[in-house]
Amino acid sequence: MKVSFPHMGYLYIPLKTLFKGLKLEVIAPPPISQKTMELGVKYSPEFACLPLKINMGNFIEAMEQGADTIVMAGGWGPCRFGYYAQVEREILQELGYDFKMVILEAPDSRISELLLQLKALGEKVSVREAYKAIRFAWKKLIAIEKLEKMLEYCLPRAVDKNHMETIFERALQAVDEAESQQEVEKIAQESLREMEKSPFKSAEVLKIGLVGEIYTILEPASNCHVARCLGRLDAHVSRSIYVSDWVNDHLFGGYLRKSNHKQIMQSSRPYLNYEVGGHGRETVGSTVDFARLDYNGIIQIAPLTCMPEIVAQSILGKVSEELEIPCMTMYFDEHSGAAGVYTRLEAFVDMLQRKKNLPSSPLLLEARA
Amino acid sequence: MSRVGIPRSLFYYYYYPLWKSFFSDLGVEILTSAPSNRHTVERGIELAVDETCFPIKVYLGHVAELCREELDYLFIPRLVSVEARSYICPKFMGLPDIVRALIKETPPLIDITVDLSRDEKCFKKDIIRVGRLFTRQASRIQLAYQHGCEELRLCRSLASQGFTMEEAIKIWEGGAMEAEPETDLNIGVLGHGYSLYDERISMNLVKRLRAMNCKVLLPEHLGSEVVEAEAATVPKRVFWTLGRKMLGSALHLSQREDVDGIIYLACFGCGPDSLIGEIIERKVRDCKPFILLTVDEHSGEAGIITRLEAFCDMLRRRRNCGSESKLSPYGVSLHSFENTV
Ligand code: SF4
Repeated sequence: MKVSFPHMGYLYIPLKTLFKGLKLEVIAPPPISQKTMELGVKYSPEFACLPLKINMGNFIEAMEQGADTIVMAGGWGPCRFGYYAQVEREILQELGYDFKMVILEAPDSRISELLLQLKALGEKVSVREAYKAIRFAWKKLIAIEKLEKMLEYCLPRAVDKNHMETIFERALQAVDEAESQQEVEKIAQESLREMEKSPFKSAEVLKIGLVGEIYTILEPASNCHVARCLGRLDAHVSRSIYVSDWVNDHLFGGYLRKSNHKQIMQSSRPYLNYEVGGHGRETVGSTVDFARLDYNGIIQIAPLTCMPEIVAQSILGKVSEELEIPCMTMYFDEHSGAAGVYTRLEAFVDMLQRKKNLPSSPLLLEARA
Repeated sequence: MSRVGIPRSLFYYYYYPLWKSFFSDLGVEILTSAPSNRHTVERGIELAVDETCFPIKVYLGHVAELCREELDYLFIPRLVSVEARSYICPKFMGLPDIVRALIKETPPLIDITVDLSRDEKCFKKDIIRVGRLFTRQASRIQLAYQHGCEELRLCRSLASQGFTMEEAIKIWEGGAMEAEPETDLNIGVLGHGYSLYDERISMNLVKRLRAMNCKVLLPEHLGSEVVEAEAATVPKRVFWTLGRKMLGSALHLSQREDVDGIIYLACFGCGPDSLIGEIIERKVRDCKPFILLTVDEHSGEAGIITRLEAFCDMLRRRRNCGSESKLSPYGVSLHSFENTV
């Protein structure tokens, strides 16, 4: 059995670890490229949202490399994601691939169900080994997120932005290859220190909250690298979603650690008073929270036609007005070009800088000249 | 006498008889907006964020129109789920909040939450809460609700005799039935009721087909047991109520000897349609000629008429060629994604 799965940000690293721990052979899809996109678009329903199309590209590329089992998440609506796997399987079967699709679906986020499903995948392992695999994967996930948060802090303040990114990329790779928890911790600590010690400009930076649909937030290839672009434009970006939060809240029902999910939901009132599926309500709640923390602006990102995010966007106008925080919404599909996205980000950052009387970033000055 | 406004849009087409009887029994006067027209659409487009689907834009237009009337309340229910383990669409779940955020001055909203995905408890409480706005007698509220349910059943059974829900509502309100035209083709027509029966959104799809001598078969005309049974044959239950209804209807229609072709009306930018349309197309295209029509606010009537005429012509030729074979004389059955009318 050669297992593969779709890409979502850096999730491939802990997933690889998890499956290896379950004594499975893993074939991660190649990194998302132009070719991935083209394949995905070619074989997906035209009006499906972008994550489905990228999934399709991932699966096809993974199967070309020999994968014969695909692990995919499922769900029970109301957002489209819950039906992705069904449509994907139909299409892949029609394309003639011979594979098995394992759909992880935890009704009502019951951890026991999920563990059973995972266990079924790794028949060869004992419960203890399965538990160990989960723990090791979780450790890697946490290490990666620490690195990500550090990068979000350091990139806008750094004198040498390329250097920062290099440290980060190197650390990621080392975490990916690490064989033990001690090793992961060592890599993380060393890299974090190295980032911290790199020279900073003293200037104050903008703080921007990044909210929206989870896949678009987590997968840079789906959003033309919004977070990096903003970092390079001297804005400190805080995301509303990290994978660990999602895993904790949705798969483990808040069991692994304290969750701020309730707080976010509370903040969405009185603007949005009910769940609308996906992360629609979190988008509104996080926006309110960021505004209260005196962030300078909010950027909402989502795939084009994402239903919960359209609800959120309809409501953000009012939030923005009442809490006096500028909000911008960006939708992504296969036609979104990096250049266009960058221009919009520049304009938004520029506006926020003027509003805050901050000097423009040299990149912006250059762009304007 | 209190006055409550009900937008003639979205779930109006599925539930109006219920709500109208309910409120009338409580001594409330009901005001509905005019059928969708150019102004409704324009107003809706101005209010909505661009990416919203067409039906929601139209709905906002209706709400805006009602906001100009003297009303005590505006009825904007939050429809989360109308049956166990199923949903309508995320946009329905945020509707009252969307209206409050986008329209500055509205009469007080009656934003009853309809969520039957788990049980009926909350919903029943909410009915009482709404009724209390107009009367103190809980028993009267309950009776009014029961009466409403009966009227709805009546209206639906009317529709099952060959009418659209919109026509059934008209007849239910005392209107006359139209004479049945001559027909030589049977065509199954699927789509969300609020797109299909809104004459502006569907650009009169059903009436046009009838004018082309087609008998139109709608999900409301098929028994719900048949539809559910067919829908249950796919590997995973479709968790959108309307999507499941359409998939089941499509599967049923595609096996019926007397059905000549199937049309699916989708809305551009509709989330569930983008997947359900795909599944239906894949399941149906080997059995019956199929077209997927995608409409949005820019769709023109001329385009749709041409495509419908071409479809009917093809079906008639196909029939005259003798239809022992399930294949169309043109090889594969007619289907298309890209043609947006
Ligand atoms: S189901 Fe489709 S058409 Fe209906 S509100 Fe949702 S996205 Fe719009």
